[in-house]
Amino acid sequence: MAGRGMLEIKNLRAKVGDNEILRGINLNVGAGEVHAIMGPNGSGKSTLAHVLAGRENYEVTGGRVLYEGKDLLTMSPEARAREGVFLAFQYPVEIPGVSTTYFLKAAVNAVRKHRGLEELDAMEFLALIKEKMQLVDMDQALINRPLNEGFSGGEKKRNEILQMAVLDPRLAILDETDSGLDIDALRIVASGVNALRNQDRAMIVITHYQRLLNYIVPDFIHVLYEGRIVKSGTRELALELEEKGYDWIKSEGQGLEV
Amino acid sequence: MQASESKELYLSEFRQYRNNGASKNPAWLKQLRESAIASFQELGFPTTRDEDWKYTSLDPITSVAFQRGNGVAKTVTADDIFGLALADSGCHRLIFINGRYFPELSSLRGLPAGVRVESIAETLRRDDDSLQSHLGRYARIREQAFVALNTAFTEDGAFVVVPKNCKLGEPIHLIFVSIANGKSVASHPRSLFIVEDGGEARIVETYVGLGTGSYFVNPVTELVGGEDTVIDHYRLQREGAKGSHIGALEARLSRNCNLTAHAITLGGALVRNDVHAVLAGEGSECLLNGLYVLDGKQHVDNSTEIEHIKPKATSLELYKGILSGSGRGVFNGKILVHKDAQKTNARQTNKNLLLSADAMVNTKPQLEIYADDVKCSHGSTIGQLDRDALFYLRSRGLSHDDAQSLLTYAFASEVVARVKIDLMRQRLDDYLLRKFGRNQESRIQ
Repeated sequence: MAGRGMLEIKNLRAKVGDNEILRGINLNVGAGEVHAIMGPNGSGKSTLAHVLAGRENYEVTGGRVLYEGKDLLTMSPEARAREGVFLAFQYPVEIPGVSTTYFLKAAVNAVRKHRGLEELDAMEFLALIKEKMQLVDMDQALINRPLNEGFSGGEKKRNEILQMAVLDPRLAILDETDSGLDIDALRIVASGVNALRNQDRAMIVITHYQRLLNYIVPDFIHVLYEGRIVKSGTRELALELEEKGYDWIKSEGQGLEV
Repeated sequence: MQASESKELYLSEFRQYRNNGASKNPAWLKQLRESAIASFQELGFPTTRDEDWKYTSLDPITSVAFQRGNGVAKTVTADDIFGLALADSGCHRLIFINGRYFPELSSLRGLPAGVRVESIAETLRRDDDSLQSHLGRYARIREQAFVALNTAFTEDGAFVVVPKNCKLGEPIHLIFVSIANGKSVASHPRSLFIVEDGGEARIVETYVGLGTGSYFVNPVTELVGGEDTVIDHYRLQREGAKGSHIGALEARLSRNCNLTAHAITLGGALVRNDVHAVLAGEGSECLLNGLYVLDGKQHVDNSTEIEHIKPKATSLELYKGILSGSGRGVFNGKILVHKDAQKTNARQTNKNLLLSADAMVNTKPQLEIYADDVKCSHGSTIGQLDRDALFYLRSRGLSHDDAQSLLTYAFASEVVARVKIDLMRQRLDDYLLRKFGRNQESRIQ
């Protein structure tokens, strides 16, 4: 890997109930790199994203994850967020009664406090959010509405990227950010993500379709199947998958089964 | 003390009152009181064997020898009161101390011509036709023991008349302060609100408790909505830690009357709200909007009954409860659709959020329908905070406590948003944010 090491996943295993979903994931992500994780439905892509973000209903049964040298798996979800891990949800939660601005101000100040920065007052926060809103073409009316309530699929995803821009994470995990988006919305979201790419930030882009990768061009691609990464490569791998479908990988994947 | 002894105490207090303070009043009122005390004697205090009181024990009231207070309040300041009431010193208001009008802190300035905002005791001194023709006409004196008790001891409270086509912009605040220090004080405030045809009004009844002693406040309010009226009524309770409140609102809606009745309970040891709205006119609309926030050992019982009598009327009810500690909530909601009330549209919802393992709610929505062309629905929920929402907020850096606070605040906001008086809504918002969101700053507009 070219970049500095940021995330090191070693033989990660996790289950929900009795169902083992991650069965030994190995992955290294360096600062500045964009990794795409592809795979058929049920291969464990979203589980990996949620385990990294700290969701409680998954039980980690083995392996370890080092994030900037620290043991990520022992940290609470909020500690991970404050340390710079961000998950863009596939299904952002609707929260009636709390506006995006109100919630995001509380979040950004929790993160800033942890980083030893001054908390933003209302004016400073509004200036920050106004600047970031342009990245994803959001308007003021939308962010004054209750968080995600009644938002279209595209608006929800743009809101996720807006939150990412405001919270300024070091590791961003995008979980099926392309799902439910028409081509215009996809372009807006992707250009927002691209604007946030830089040499200090790593991204893991999870997607079922290679379409998204036309817009967010990854440095590396990994194929997840039955809870394991069965193939890694560069951008050409995505095109190959597009052409041949996942069946080709499935047969190879089964070949890997010991 | 037993409930039967308590009853005897009230009866003997009434006998004294009959010969003393009440003797100067007009004959019609004396008669009303006599029939009310007879009802109370016959009914006695309800017990948990009564279906309507199944989950609410009246021990805190029947075990204490309460006595009516004297309305003297030397040490109370406006700041004490406005600190609790969600209003400020600029508002139109009548203030009552232990059930009696307290002119020193009351203030009414520049009300439109014909609007009457008076203390009932004052009005009674010169007698009054509209008071006589409405007082006691709607309240269920023969069925409800506490309404009977209140009626028997009727001496003061608020009398508001909004004349025909008068659109009253500013809200009228009626603030009932209970002060008990040492002695256990009872009061029976009685109010009557009349909004005549085409009128609009916002009327706020606020009940607050000061002092450290125990008290019992037993208010009854009759509200008459004329044709084509728009009425916004609030009952806000911030009773003290040893305060018991048994209150009734009896509302009658004429044709195209639009009434919103809010019930917001933030304090009190034992609180019971009976709301009875009678949609007696075609096309009338009634919105019941309730919020109860309890903690410690508070007990809050909301009992609402909406009667659809005439066709094409609408009633929407939303009550939400937030319970922590070992708080106990009770919700009984009944919608009764009479035979002639075709094209009725009625919806009733009760939602409860339990924040602790010891908190408890009993909720019972009921529909009773005798018309065949109606649209009615009801539902209730009891639950904890949504885990997905908690995780979502935490994944953005909010602590578990802050995420919980924010979601709790959010749960209440649907009810709060319906409060139409800006200052009151902001203060309520601030109160909830402070209570549930320790580290949250005030909202960004």
